[in-house]
Amino acid sequence: MSPDKMTHMANQIAAFFKTQPHVDAAAEIAAHINDFWEPRMRAQLFDHVRAGGAGLDPFVIEAVEKDLVAPA
Amino acid sequence: MKDFIIPSDDRDMGTPAKTGAPVTLTVDGFQVTVPEGTSVMRAAAEIGIEVPKLCASDNLEAFGSCRLCVVEIEGRRGTPASCTTPVAEGMVVNTQTPRVKKVRKGVMELYISDHPLDCLTCSANGDCELQDMAGAVGLRDMRYTSGRNHYDASGAGTLAQGDMRARAAGTDLGNPDYIPKDDSNPYFSYDPSKCIVCNRCVRACEEVQGTFALTIEGRGFDSRVKAGNAGDDFLTSDCVSCGACVQACPTATLQEKSVVEMGTPDRSVVTTCAYCGVGCSFKAEMKGNELVRMVPYKHGKANRGHSCVKGRFAYGYAHHPDRILSPMIRDRIDEPWREVSWEEALNFAAQRLKRLQATYGRRSIGVITSSRCTNEETYLVQKLARGVFLNNNTDTCARVCHSPTGYGLGQTYGTSAGTQDFDSVEKTDVVMVIGANPTDGHPVFASRLKKRLRQGAKLIVVDPRRIDLVRSAHVEAAHHLPLRPGTNVAVVTAMAHVIVTEGLTDDAFIRARCDTESFADYMEFVSDPRHSPEAVETLTGVPAAELRAAARLYAKGGNASIYYGLGVTEHSQGSTTVIGIANLAMLTGNIGREGVGVNPLRGQNNVQGSCDMGSFPHELPGYRHVKHADARKIYEDLWGVEIDPEPGLRIPNMLDAAVDGTFKGLYCQGEDILQSDPDTKHVAAGLAAMECVIVHDLFLNETANYAHVFLPGSSFLEKDGTFTNAERRINRVRRVMAPRATYADWEVTQLLAQAMGATWTYTHPSQIMAEIAATTPSFAGVDYALLDELGSVQWPCNEAAPEGTPLMHVEGFKRGKGRFIVTEYVATDERTGPRFPLLLTTGRILSQYNVGAQTRRTANTAWHPEDLLEIHPHDAETRGIKEGDWVRLSSRSGETTLRAALTDRMSPGVVYTTFHHPDTQANVITTDYSDWATNCPEYKVTAVQISPSNGPTDWQEDYAAQAAQARRILPAAE
Repeated sequence: MSPDKMTHMANQIAAFFKTQPHVDAAAEIAAHINDFWEPRMRAQLFDHVRAGGAGLDPFVIEAVEKDLVAPA
Repeated sequence: MKDFIIPSDDRDMGTPAKTGAPVTLTVDGFQVTVPEGTSVMRAAAEIGIEVPKLCASDNLEAFGSCRLCVVEIEGRRGTPASCTTPVAEGMVVNTQTPRVKKVRKGVMELYISDHPLDCLTCSANGDCELQDMAGAVGLRDMRYTSGRNHYDASGAGTLAQGDMRARAAGTDLGNPDYIPKDDSNPYFSYDPSKCIVCNRCVRACEEVQGTFALTIEGRGFDSRVKAGNAGDDFLTSDCVSCGACVQACPTATLQEKSVVEMGTPDRSVVTTCAYCGVGCSFKAEMKGNELVRMVPYKHGKANRGHSCVKGRFAYGYAHHPDRILSPMIRDRIDEPWREVSWEEALNFAAQRLKRLQATYGRRSIGVITSSRCTNEETYLVQKLARGVFLNNNTDTCARVCHSPTGYGLGQTYGTSAGTQDFDSVEKTDVVMVIGANPTDGHPVFASRLKKRLRQGAKLIVVDPRRIDLVRSAHVEAAHHLPLRPGTNVAVVTAMAHVIVTEGLTDDAFIRARCDTESFADYMEFVSDPRHSPEAVETLTGVPAAELRAAARLYAKGGNASIYYGLGVTEHSQGSTTVIGIANLAMLTGNIGREGVGVNPLRGQNNVQGSCDMGSFPHELPGYRHVKHADARKIYEDLWGVEIDPEPGLRIPNMLDAAVDGTFKGLYCQGEDILQSDPDTKHVAAGLAAMECVIVHDLFLNETANYAHVFLPGSSFLEKDGTFTNAERRINRVRRVMAPRATYADWEVTQLLAQAMGATWTYTHPSQIMAEIAATTPSFAGVDYALLDELGSVQWPCNEAAPEGTPLMHVEGFKRGKGRFIVTEYVATDERTGPRFPLLLTTGRILSQYNVGAQTRRTANTAWHPEDLLEIHPHDAETRGIKEGDWVRLSSRSGETTLRAALTDRMSPGVVYTTFHHPDTQANVITTDYSDWATNCPEYKVTAVQISPSNGPTDWQEDYAAQAAQARRILPAAE
């Protein structure tokens, strides 16, 4: 997947959860991605964050660093 | 083959059933008790006494015109018509007295005096109520001499058409009262010479279909059935070819052309339509192995005896010469196809798939099923992925239509399903239709809805287009909110704002049934003035006063129901809108009883079922996430494999991974992703990058241009199984003829699994359903014997609900307490600008179905031979575009050409087209943006520009050339 597309998709997820009151948005974002993103998509997201996470919403970066399950 | 025997009572009871206090009367000496309001005719029919009738039918209100059903009632004068006379306590009725017999005979004699007596050669021979009634009343003579009549074109006074033709001089029609047959409709003919002016067709068009296309013109002897206005024939009129008039006609006046050609059927099998999510039941009427006609089944609980042009007539694709009946393979997609044996094709496919997994890893291959396939087929295909490929790379076309429904309703209510049955619409007082066009997409439901609207229910339409429901015959929406595409969430949230700030909430319901903490958060969010209709008016384009009025009506207008379609789901915020809709129903207590609820109108016949069957890559059958070890264990124990705990690839992800080179093989059953999925160029690139694409379909569809293996499919007439419609109703699909390409689809999947090394041994789809029931709690009680007994059943069907569940969330929500979720509007990134100043939204029309693979191969093309671009006259004028001009439609994804249709049903700035024809390929325009939660594509919003054009684009020409190359087939080796 192109990095732009992946960034766009991840930021869309962040846009939803960061507007939810009284929740840990980063944890929710990570949970959603863990539930619905296939391992190679998560791997690409990990790599992108390690490479600086250009274009990613700060909540996504936090989610990846904190709660994203590393693909098996 | 074991035919399904049609259960007991298929008789026409004469007038509709009523509900009311019991009334006891005597008919011909027998006592009968019926509800108050029942007609004498129906009361007699209840105890098996048939009163002769011609203008009465139990799907139409009594009319009292034919005078054949007269009876005598003790203590009353004259001979009242039994169809229009309601029963009364203690009434004594005699249906056979010398007086009524004489009246009936006289009436029949008059009918016959103006009717051709070519019964032996008439297409209704054997199926003619006029003939039956002539027999029933004992008509033995017709004493009137020939005079003015409607049947004799020559004017020479003869009753036999052959004789008439012999006497007629050339084309000189000597009889000014004679009107020739109208054969303009491709499926049925109208022969005015045989009409007895019983009005049944006119009433069926009004009462059952709700189109009001037919009328009786003229008076007295000049009375004729007329479609449309002066100068119209059936095809040019408003007639939608639903077939209700044909079914209602007691003579050969309105007759299926297939019956004219083939004669009357000799047996029938009850089955389920393979088109939209309404899931109508039909009788497939057969003659040997040939299908003569499809007739809507009276006891079908979704359709209640009604049909649309697709289910009723558009089945000819099953015998279209384009059907591929031999398996085919090729090494590379630039080679022609080679016809081979099933064994060779399956081994070729299995070897390639195994090699790909060995080379690129376990997760390098996957499956896609169609929601046009049965539950049993989709279950087997996901089992192939999970149990044989050992990954979760399984998806279904529901991804691109209703996956946000799964997420949104799952999060708020706890399960992914519509809350009602279709009968519920009969109890509703306010209907809100959002992003759906039921008269085109779900026509039989639309007819039931319109019936309720004519009884006085109020309608709110939320749609950028002025769809037919906004204003059509005897239907007018109380409010039409013509929102700008992409602003659904803002509109739905603004409605909630009105309901909350004006105190229109159902507090008792919320306290008892919903999660209070989430409600408090939601109240705080939605009360904010930035969500008021006035604040969002410039964004949504919806006048604030109209939105406020609509919200008040929804909240306080009585039983309020929401029906929504893909105009809700196919957006970047599709899931958020579904959540917003669920919030609205909870706020106003409109959930958990008849007449209310949240109802996704599913696009295809088995969208609900394919989702139920675990076709999504993150969940096992019954919506259980693959991360849960206990759910996996059920299948691991049964199948003897280890289930991958990681979610698999969704359709768009598969294509992305293919372009990246990590996804290499695909088994695609019954789905044409190249035409139906967005951003055609990207889909094509993904398919072209794969090393083994297996297409299992009736036809060489567009996806097959990139395939290496083609496995011939079977039509719904050729296999057993079940479809689950939009109301969770599991209906049987019954095989009425042998599979034309040897195997039913479930057998092909099994053969492929076996070729890969699996040891599956199903011999009938009922065994697959038994496995589904044994492993899925909501299906625990489902089996074929139960379906035969009850006709159909709505899941959950288990110990707690042995006969199924018509209404959901009655006592409590599936998840316990209903959960409110905040719905912040986030604008889509697909925005208009100087290069692409217009918004394109897409949809479908009545006569065609999705990619058109089926309907384009029927005479339905008479109504819609090509995709058109609907554009507002102002937008057309500023670009110098006139009606019918070729225009180039371009977006950042691609461009195509099609012809323009100018209409003010579009708002300025918004254009619309359908995606039924591959030579237009509307999806070359749509983009790769998708719903944030589910990746459901944003088909409904694409920024475009339009300019005059004089022919196909280079892309269209290249595409057509590639398709022609890819479809070459070498003759089979001797």
